[in-house]
Amino acid sequence: MQISGAQMVCEALIAEGVKTVFGYPGGAIMNVYDAIYKQDGFEHILNRHEQASVHAADGYARATGEVGVAMVTSGPGFTNAVTGLATAYMDSIPLVVISGQVPLSLIGTDGFQEIDAVGISRPCTKHNYLVSAIEDLPRILKEAFHIARSGRPGPVLVDIPKDITAEIGKFVYPTEVSIPTYKPNYKGNNRQIKKATDAIKKAKKPLLYIGGGAVLSGASTLIRELAELAQIPAVETLMARGVMGAKNPLLLGMLGMHGNYASNMAMSETDLVISLGARFDDRVTGKLSEFAKYAEIIHIDIDPANIGKLVDVDYPIVGDILKVLEKFIVELQDVNTDNYHAWREILNRYDNLHPQSFEDSDDVLKPQWVIERVGELIGEDAIITSDVGQHQMWAAQHYPFDRPRQWINSGGLGTMGFGFPAALGAKKGCPEKIVINITGDGSILMNMQELVTASEYKIPVINIILNNHFLGMVRQWQTFFYDKRYSETDLSYQPNFKALAESCGGIGYDVTTKEEFDAALKDAIAKDQVCFMNVAVNRFENVLPMVPAGGALYNMLLEHKDQ
Amino acid sequence: MQTVRRVISVIVMNESSVLARVTALFAGRGYNIESLTVAPIPNSELSNITIVTNGSHRVIEQITKQLNKLIPTLKVIEHEEMVEKEMVLVKFPIEANLSDIQALCEAYNGGIVNVGIDMVITMVADEPIRIRHFIEATQRFNPCEIVRGGVVAMER
Repeated sequence: MQISGAQMVCEALIAEGVKTVFGYPGGAIMNVYDAIYKQDGFEHILNRHEQASVHAADGYARATGEVGVAMVTSGPGFTNAVTGLATAYMDSIPLVVISGQVPLSLIGTDGFQEIDAVGISRPCTKHNYLVSAIEDLPRILKEAFHIARSGRPGPVLVDIPKDITAEIGKFVYPTEVSIPTYKPNYKGNNRQIKKATDAIKKAKKPLLYIGGGAVLSGASTLIRELAELAQIPAVETLMARGVMGAKNPLLLGMLGMHGNYASNMAMSETDLVISLGARFDDRVTGKLSEFAKYAEIIHIDIDPANIGKLVDVDYPIVGDILKVLEKFIVELQDVNTDNYHAWREILNRYDNLHPQSFEDSDDVLKPQWVIERVGELIGEDAIITSDVGQHQMWAAQHYPFDRPRQWINSGGLGTMGFGFPAALGAKKGCPEKIVINITGDGSILMNMQELVTASEYKIPVINIILNNHFLGMVRQWQTFFYDKRYSETDLSYQPNFKALAESCGGIGYDVTTKEEFDAALKDAIAKDQVCFMNVAVNRFENVLPMVPAGGALYNMLLEHKDQ
Repeated sequence: MQTVRRVISVIVMNESSVLARVTALFAGRGYNIESLTVAPIPNSELSNITIVTNGSHRVIEQITKQLNKLIPTLKVIEHEEMVEKEMVLVKFPIEANLSDIQALCEAYNGGIVNVGIDMVITMVADEPIRIRHFIEATQRFNPCEIVRGGVVAMER
């Protein structure tokens, strides 16, 4: 088949089963947009900013497990997309981003809207390509999807010069990929697995430490099975919320800087950490030398570079959690669950001592109440996205996540402005779910132009703005560690969120009481239209517990009484 | 933590920007490059990148793992038992006796490779430590230019 490079891009996307592409056209990518106009194999969503396109593709990928696809033009189109790429890279999300580039003959001449896209994106993509000949294009597109979704997933950029999208060439989409230098290891070494499971049988205080890799691997069911079989308690990282299920009696909660007391104490006292797709991030470990000080460590990860990066590992296992845990479960059939009985008792006592809680108020809405209320009213039927800050932590702490891929947030990069466009992507991927973005009055403004996108395409996403008129998390640090010098964190000057939503074709609600909140949420679900729910919450509420940065996990601030 | 010196060979697909991927990795993650040599491997689509680096054992382990992670990387060899050689070119003004310079170069397995009207160029290929010694020894002949080649290594 002789077709243009632009048509090849469309044909490849269709062959990969892509249903939705998020993007924004411009000079260097126009040929591809012309081909998009003429095809009906996939839908294109026109976001109002390239960053939002990549976040939307990212949200789509996180909600569905499929590769998300975004398309941008050269120069500023691409640089706007970089934050999206970096966000996906840090959380290992499979994306293919296609960018236009100036024609080959202009590369290196500082041409109009020219920027070295592969150079800029090298540290924030799993791999990237500058296509230099039309003959390479089908293979590169095939490889891009393969690399994005295999091994440890991640974003792949394909940068295509404008003359190549115009050129006619022979198109045969490869059925298989052959990259001799890229062969991820899924299986896991049997001898190491045997050693690790023997260590579990000998341990007195084992602990499952579950990370985002568990979501990516689709290992939730197996992990629950393993925990149940061996009666081993579990903690989840921010990225793993939902893997065990909120109702699971073996789940202690989230660990780390804003983890609950029992989780952080469990990690501090365990004698065997069983790490499942977690990467010992500094927000999880606190002071490294005090982290899991008394424990041996089993580390299962598909990326060998994660193993031994920050902590010494006693039982390293490179492989897919799914494949490795199948063998764990076989090996652990004869495990004596009584061994861990005393350990579970201790942890239950810790949990009773300082449960994850907050002090509700009759005078002012508490953000934690709002989140728990959404959980009560919608629960499993919702996909919750979030931005970055206090609201994100409260959502992670208080929402009853029941399944993986229900909780979508930017954990690694911590990108404000992620939540709303990611919610659009999640809703496109899972239209049957109610998609709620829990956000703050700071974050929401960073991609508020997506109100227009959501209205135009009728993507009914509910934005719950926990409005404390502060850049709350930074304000909290200023309260705790900077002697209350609130430098540039007071957001009292703000738009009329209700009117803002309405001006873009959405619905706005102003909420100040519990009754108003219930009414607004019910109305928003019924209306099936994008909305901003401006919820006035307690200004000086803090996220607790908190492990101060660099401190040991067991040294948590449990309360802060000073306003 | 104790710092160790390591010679690492990276076998990569000989494709555009592969060297940039390797060096950007070192720069981005704060690893040190002491020397770097690159050349295609004959009769193949591969290149050999030899890097001399130093760092703690944890850092060295991360370097090899991160290099392995690059998509165009076929193999990373962290050398232990190896033959290691480096080349150096040194230019001298013809002031001293040429035979003295010749004798010095021969002591380090090298020799005079070019003689001009008022200068002479010598070449020595030897182990990196011996290259250092050679350069020290040349000082009494007032070398006017020294170009070191970087290490190449081969596992024994």
